[in-house]
Amino acid sequence: MATTNRTSPPFERAGLSDEQLVGMLRTMLLQRMLENRGFQLNRQGKIPFASASEGHEGVQAGAAMAFARGRDLLFPYYRDLGLALGVGLTPYEVLLSLFARAEDLSGGRQFPHHYASRRLGIATISSIIAAQLSHAVGAAYALRVRGENGRAVLTTFGDGATSEGEWHESVNFAAVHKLPIVLLCENNEWAISTPLAKQMGQPDIWRRAAGYGLPSTCVDGMDPVACYLAVSDALDRARTGGGPTLVEAKCYRFLAHTTDDDDRTYRSREEVEAHRRDDPVPNFERRLVEAGILSPEGLECLKAELLAEINEATDRAEAMPYPGGEELYRNVYADSTDPWR
Amino acid sequence: MAVSSPTQTTQIMNNVDAVRATLYDAMKNDPRTVILGEDVGARGNVFLITKDFAKEFGPQRVIDTPIAEASIVGIAIGMAMEGLRPIAEIQFADFIYPAFNQIVGEAAKTRYRSNGEYTCPLVIRTPYGGGVRGALSHSVSIEALFYHVPGLKILAPAFPADVKGLLNAAIDDPDPVLFLEHKKTYRLIKGEVPDGHYTIPIGKANVLKEGTALTVVSYGLYVHWALEAAQQLAEEGISIEVIDLRSIRPMDKTTILQSVEKTRKLLIVHEDNKFGGIGAEISAMVAEEALFSLDAPIRRHCAPDVPAMGYAEPLEHEYMSSPAKIADAMRELARF
Amino acid sequence: MAKTDTKGKKLERNGLSDDQLRTIFRNMLLQRQLDNRGFQLNRQGKVPFALGSEGHEALQAGAAMAFHRGKDLLAPYYRDLGLALGIGLTPYEILLSLFARAADHNGGRQFPNHYSSKAAGLMSFSSILAAHIPHAVGAAYAMKYRGERGRAVLVTCGDGTTSEGEWHESVNFASIHKLPVVFLVENNLWAISTPIEHQMGQPEIWKRAAGYGIPGHRFNGFDPIETYGNVNEALDRARNGGGPTLLEGMCYRFLAHSTDDNDMTYRTKEEVAEHRKDDPVPLFERVLLDHDVMSAADVEQLKRDVLRETNEATDRAEAMPYPTAADLYTHLYEGAWQPWQ
Repeated sequence: MATTNRTSPPFERAGLSDEQLVGMLRTMLLQRMLENRGFQLNRQGKIPFASASEGHEGVQAGAAMAFARGRDLLFPYYRDLGLALGVGLTPYEVLLSLFARAEDLSGGRQFPHHYASRRLGIATISSIIAAQLSHAVGAAYALRVRGENGRAVLTTFGDGATSEGEWHESVNFAAVHKLPIVLLCENNEWAISTPLAKQMGQPDIWRRAAGYGLPSTCVDGMDPVACYLAVSDALDRARTGGGPTLVEAKCYRFLAHTTDDDDRTYRSREEVEAHRRDDPVPNFERRLVEAGILSPEGLECLKAELLAEINEATDRAEAMPYPGGEELYRNVYADSTDPWR
Repeated sequence: MAVSSPTQTTQIMNNVDAVRATLYDAMKNDPRTVILGEDVGARGNVFLITKDFAKEFGPQRVIDTPIAEASIVGIAIGMAMEGLRPIAEIQFADFIYPAFNQIVGEAAKTRYRSNGEYTCPLVIRTPYGGGVRGALSHSVSIEALFYHVPGLKILAPAFPADVKGLLNAAIDDPDPVLFLEHKKTYRLIKGEVPDGHYTIPIGKANVLKEGTALTVVSYGLYVHWALEAAQQLAEEGISIEVIDLRSIRPMDKTTILQSVEKTRKLLIVHEDNKFGGIGAEISAMVAEEALFSLDAPIRRHCAPDVPAMGYAEPLEHEYMSSPAKIADAMRELARF
Repeated sequence: MAKTDTKGKKLERNGLSDDQLRTIFRNMLLQRQLDNRGFQLNRQGKVPFALGSEGHEALQAGAAMAFHRGKDLLAPYYRDLGLALGIGLTPYEILLSLFARAADHNGGRQFPNHYSSKAAGLMSFSSILAAHIPHAVGAAYAMKYRGERGRAVLVTCGDGTTSEGEWHESVNFASIHKLPVVFLVENNLWAISTPIEHQMGQPEIWKRAAGYGIPGHRFNGFDPIETYGNVNEALDRARNGGGPTLLEGMCYRFLAHSTDDNDMTYRTKEEVAEHRKDDPVPLFERVLLDHDVMSAADVEQLKRDVLRETNEATDRAEAMPYPTAADLYTHLYEGAWQPWQ
């Protein structure tokens, strides 16, 4: 599939400092390494499940850089490891989720990568595709009703989610009320085994925006700076009363859907390899090194530092206890859980 | 086993094999049959149930749908109204909620609201149930949400031979059938499956083991655990009768009442939570029809009243029953 | 829109003969007469409920003329009295439905205006908005699957229904598979009390078509000839393998939503009066007179015929028996039924 005609701008920093650019690369590397760790732990039989976000590092690091911590709200989906890291989740917290330990943010209840943190502004999500969209729109409505200018909601979803009725209902409602929300589609061309051509009748999700009366942009999701720019513009518009924007970031899912999936049954190795040329992680590494923002030694140093951090977080999380069986009964309601009163 | 046209030969299959073989035959034998759902085509379903079907029958008959559950069921209803025999798949039972109106408000009412002119011969298959570390969104039981609805039929077989016979019956049935497949039993449970086409009547329970001390009624995964527990109690000298409902709506009143009148004690075991579950209806029916045959209060051994099992192993363990827990429930009621 | 004198301008007939034009007009008169009869019977306490479709006459009569009886299927919604008449239902059948008599197609089970008739190609539907749209798409899939060229499904809905998730899911699926279906939106600007600007972020439904990769058109639904031209072209495309079309016919709901609604709580007399100037029934009468398709005497005779037919059908239907209590229990499943067996 054509990945050549993307609107990738020549390297520009979009107002980002060296520190911010390196910060984005750090998030991208961390995402990739943690992701691999999840798959390793699964293969070692230490955890039952992990899901994959390789190929989404660029869009997620860029979007996270545009997110205003402490102000904006994030309604992610389950392939947003990099976004969660980028808005402040620690590798240790990610590993607690993978190991389903008691200290995990959901107390070990949720599937891996279903993070929620009030502290970071990350909303709780289920595995149900597009169900978070209406919640995000409701939160944006709340921001508007309370007159909280300068705040916005960022919600993300894959290409497959755009087929759900709730996607349509949510985008429509946001458009009717001109809500402070950015709808970011991470289009990786595959919904488990379903390619985009079986997902919709034309290949550009951003083209749907006009039908709702919304502005839209389409960016190279493999380019973190371009993604930062697009999401940043959209969030700024949302924060200042300009209403919602639909942003489509075209990326690719390099790995299988999850550790339970074998993508060789439905797509060719050649296709995957062709997309590997656009792999955002080595490409962004190279761009920073070529621009003199990071030295080759500095890059190696950064990788070593991250690996050490992940190793330490893995050991620490693994050593933590599981929740007790009695935890099953907590937080069903605010009070007693007995259905007979 | 009530097999309508018994054959000599059998094959050992697990439940995945049985679903797959039955769907394959339906596709082979009736060009009106189409399968639609998420990842049923190239991927061949997430459990590989329809693996290679798309290659053999073509993408027109094995339809990879967009991720849109309401329309998966809704489009299947339209196909059924217009002469196809669709088999819709909801990838996990947990994903069925967006399709609730299409199942409850549309499929179940199509025949009724048109006074018999339009019908909806539709099968909706979905894997349900826990014990597989499925967490909050890949482990639920949904039968109680639907068994309240006139116009639907609901099947939940536990054994490969029943899977085949009842899935064939569902496919042949002129009305909408919700076909529940316990995903933990998919590869765990193996058994002999007769060759050739046969059906098992919808609405007939199966007495798996005869006994005298008490009756256990169950379905799905817990049937297997109840049998295991009953063997344990047999060694202790307590004789348990085990009934596999197989069909949740309609339900087999005769078999339950005959058994209860013999054993005079009833234990209902299910994985779904207790409040408003299938056991509630069975209890009410037995109380209405056989109260004076009972020597003990009816007991229900079911899941706790929480929304679903958590991901962490101890949370799942606490939610799920086990042969040992079921054996305890049997002993307690037997002693009453 | 020409409101008064259409004489002198050439009549654009889109290939319709004088006979067909007269049939369209008759259908429009009949729809209005029956609509009013429903409201009258309700005010007389003879029927508990009736629905208003006044303002939809031109759209429905024009669309019905494009429908191929015995081949196409119609999946209507509950405001489609004129479409039902136009594809062959009789006033008597309509009145059986209003009176909920045993001889009604649905045996008196459904709300009025929820007709279905296998013989007429009219699919069964509920009051749930958009729930019938996937059924239409499924039926179109069945036609395509069986290779039935020359057949198509016409599915209609109001503007409000386009906000439902199932509308989106259905249009999307139809566009992926290029199914023989025409989505006709009868945009009457009001969803009970909700105006179009609260229904969507931009007011033109046809613009959504581009987001699905299908053709979309908007037309004047007060003009039956223009409606016929648009629907006929779209149905022909569908019948010949050209895939789905999204059509938006602009009209207006002159009456309240139903006999249970008071529209003066949410819109003004002045707004309604402004639209009355475009009332399609007298407008089309003018067109036919101006172009000598009918004489004034013909028109008067036709109106008398329509009234007589409506009166006769009313008396005949009213005299028919209700279903019996025993009918509550039939047609739940095939054969006799008990939940306990």
